[in-house]
Amino acid sequence: MTDPTEPPDPTEPPEPTEPPEPPQDRPWEDEPLEQPAGPEDPASGAHGAPRSAATAEALAATCFLAAALAAIGLGVVYWQGGQTQLEGLLLAVATGGIGVGIVVWAKRFMPDEEVIEEREPLASSEEEIAEFNADFVHGEQSLVGRRILVGSLGAALAALGAALLFPIRSLGPRPGRGLKETAYAKAKGRRRGIRLVRADGGPIKPAELPVDGVLTAFPEDHTHDGDAPTLLIRTRASQKLELQHGRAAWVVDGIVAYSKLCTHVGCPVGLYQAGEGLLLCPCHQSTFNVLKGAEPIFGPATRPLPQLPLAVDDEGYLIATADFSAPVGPGFWDRDR
Amino acid sequence: MSAQSPPRGPTVPRTRAKKAAGRTATFRGARWVDERIGGAKFARTALNKVFPDHWSFMIGELALYCFVTLLLTGTYLTFFFDPSTETTTYHGSYAPLRGVEMTRAYRSALELSFDVRAGLVMRQIHHWAALLFLATIVVHLARVFFTGAFRKPRELNWIIGVTLLTLAIFNGFAGYSLLDDQLSGTGLRIAYSIALSIPLVGTWVTSLLFGGEFPGADIIERLYVIHILLIPAAITVLLAGHLYLVVRQKHTQFPGPGRREDNVVGERMWPTYAAKAVGLLFLTVSVLSMLGGLVQINPIWVFGPFDPAQVSSASQPDWYMGWLDGALRIMPGWEIRAFGFSIPNPFFPAVLLAGLTFGLLYAWPFLEARVTGDHDLHHLDDRPRQRPVRTALGVATISFYAICFLGGASDVLSTTFGLSVNAVLWTMRFALFIVPPIMAWATYRLCKELSARDGVPTASQVDWREIPHRLRHGSGPDDGDADENEDDDDPAAAPAAS
Repeated sequence: MTDPTEPPDPTEPPEPTEPPEPPQDRPWEDEPLEQPAGPEDPASGAHGAPRSAATAEALAATCFLAAALAAIGLGVVYWQGGQTQLEGLLLAVATGGIGVGIVVWAKRFMPDEEVIEEREPLASSEEEIAEFNADFVHGEQSLVGRRILVGSLGAALAALGAALLFPIRSLGPRPGRGLKETAYAKAKGRRRGIRLVRADGGPIKPAELPVDGVLTAFPEDHTHDGDAPTLLIRTRASQKLELQHGRAAWVVDGIVAYSKLCTHVGCPVGLYQAGEGLLLCPCHQSTFNVLKGAEPIFGPATRPLPQLPLAVDDEGYLIATADFSAPVGPGFWDRDR
Repeated sequence: MSAQSPPRGPTVPRTRAKKAAGRTATFRGARWVDERIGGAKFARTALNKVFPDHWSFMIGELALYCFVTLLLTGTYLTFFFDPSTETTTYHGSYAPLRGVEMTRAYRSALELSFDVRAGLVMRQIHHWAALLFLATIVVHLARVFFTGAFRKPRELNWIIGVTLLTLAIFNGFAGYSLLDDQLSGTGLRIAYSIALSIPLVGTWVTSLLFGGEFPGADIIERLYVIHILLIPAAITVLLAGHLYLVVRQKHTQFPGPGRREDNVVGERMWPTYAAKAVGLLFLTVSVLSMLGGLVQINPIWVFGPFDPAQVSSASQPDWYMGWLDGALRIMPGWEIRAFGFSIPNPFFPAVLLAGLTFGLLYAWPFLEARVTGDHDLHHLDDRPRQRPVRTALGVATISFYAICFLGGASDVLSTTFGLSVNAVLWTMRFALFIVPPIMAWATYRLCKELSARDGVPTASQVDWREIPHRLRHGSGPDDGDADENEDDDDPAAAPAAS
């Protein structure tokens, strides 16, 4: 073994057959090369640990036996009904014991000789390429020679390939109005509108919502729709609502209704800071100003939360008189069309 | 398989006789196979394959062992998991969720965790193995990048490796999205919106993938097939190709005495290297078991079943998706709108940035070769300091994604340090453009300094052509020239001596 502290002599290459080493680059000074040693006694501490062979053998054997015990223990724990932490621990000891034992065995008792293998060129020789070309061209002629066959087979394969693309269409419906409409759309033209209900299906009276209160509502009979969650927020009387033009009548007793789906990537916008009238999306921190038509004021969202026109029906329950003011949720290519 | 009883003379000790019988049986078995398919020569070549030894060459191996663990634990999990979105009511042993309506997917995941013996430990080992699989792949990729091991002739293996990384990311995401808990549903919702943002085809892609508008009727079933069959099969095939190319092209090695472009200096596969590798496999499983047993991961019962109207704050994805989530948060609120069409905001941080990331990763070996004009074969690894520009670019890139990753924890950072979320995100927005150049400059200086100190020739000190040339054609005709050069100018001799 080369002494790692001894700088190799620049004038003397390590092996006469090797090319001379450039003396200025010695990045490997801290990595001594172990000269290809002869068949030395493998138990003579090839890896430098000054441990006696008996100690190493005892250590490895102990590891294996500990692994065996842990494995038996694993069986017992499982038999007794199982316990997650113990199972993990015992499995770790069993596999770890085997692993450490094998590594000690390998490092201490297996040959640690450095050998040199020559690299053969990866690329083929020119003769091999020429021979391949000759064989290939020989076969190719009988293939390409039949132009009619090549052409018609090509047409058949292209047609088959195209035909096999059609079944992909079965995977899902055409993305039609669904992305632009919600269940509230049916309210249009209906005199009674569509009732807003709680998650349990119960209708909502405006008085049930306290000031600064927030409630997640749904169109009646559609409480499981992915695109319909609606946020009802009762603003304070002192808070001046500056909604978009023509939406003053969409408010009932200071209650405004917005789509709960963030216009960024559709997370439910859940955190309401009542004092400032701000809605915060917990996913990516888009912030919307409820008092100003839910316009985004911070974060990645670019569009306001769509607003729902609210009213009260004959029995005093909250209804929507039409669909949201815009498609709900995240943007897409033809959202504005 | 005690085939025949060996001759038991009074002089032959019993143990030795047994040994002889064992050898005979093994040899007979081996010969049986050899007579039918041959291969003694091939097998001997395999035994004598030489592996250069360096601790950093072990990282890819760790990734392989994580994958083995994933296959074993994952197979066990499939026996109990039910990938169905049909709704049902929970009556299992976890009291807080009794009577709650949920999908069969979520219910079977709960039952697998609470009512199947050894189910939870398997599930947690599986999840930890996935996290470490991705981590080891990324570190392995960094090792290959910084040592230049991707250069000719290994560009193909680099491409396979980057593909394996993308597949592993997709499969990790698919895996934790299957359970249909609140967190995974939120993740799917975000993935849906990202796919939806693709210009022109986004609405079609999402409709076909999810089987309709979000949440979609079919997504869990489809993700299940993708997660347990399609991607694992692709990973297995590509891994086989990855390893085949390592064998075919032989491993790279760091330069050193006796190590040249045209040889491999190292340890034979049999028996020491093979034993160490098997030991490492067991040790990997051991660490994963320890984590799986003692460190809770993805406690789905805390999150509850998915409800599209609900979300919890501090929703963080698994670590390897963190940079993407952070990029979504850091992106300012603007998008492109024209002629009634729009390219929505998430397209830029999620689709474009991800596309650029992986596009550049795939293209890097070819970009570098084009810039340096280096089209030679390289079997000797660089030390990072030898290539200051490459190393600086790599460190800058890592810092860019590290900031994205931190951005993904903006809400956690703001609550932990009592800052406003806006302040944290604005810091990230600036840092994203300020930190990487600083890191690049600092790395470049450091590389120069280090290489001047230990006398490694950098690209600017020595023409790159000379190093492999000299080493490869050490005894060639221009050998004398190379030697003279060394004698003439030895820029690093003085600092090295001092």
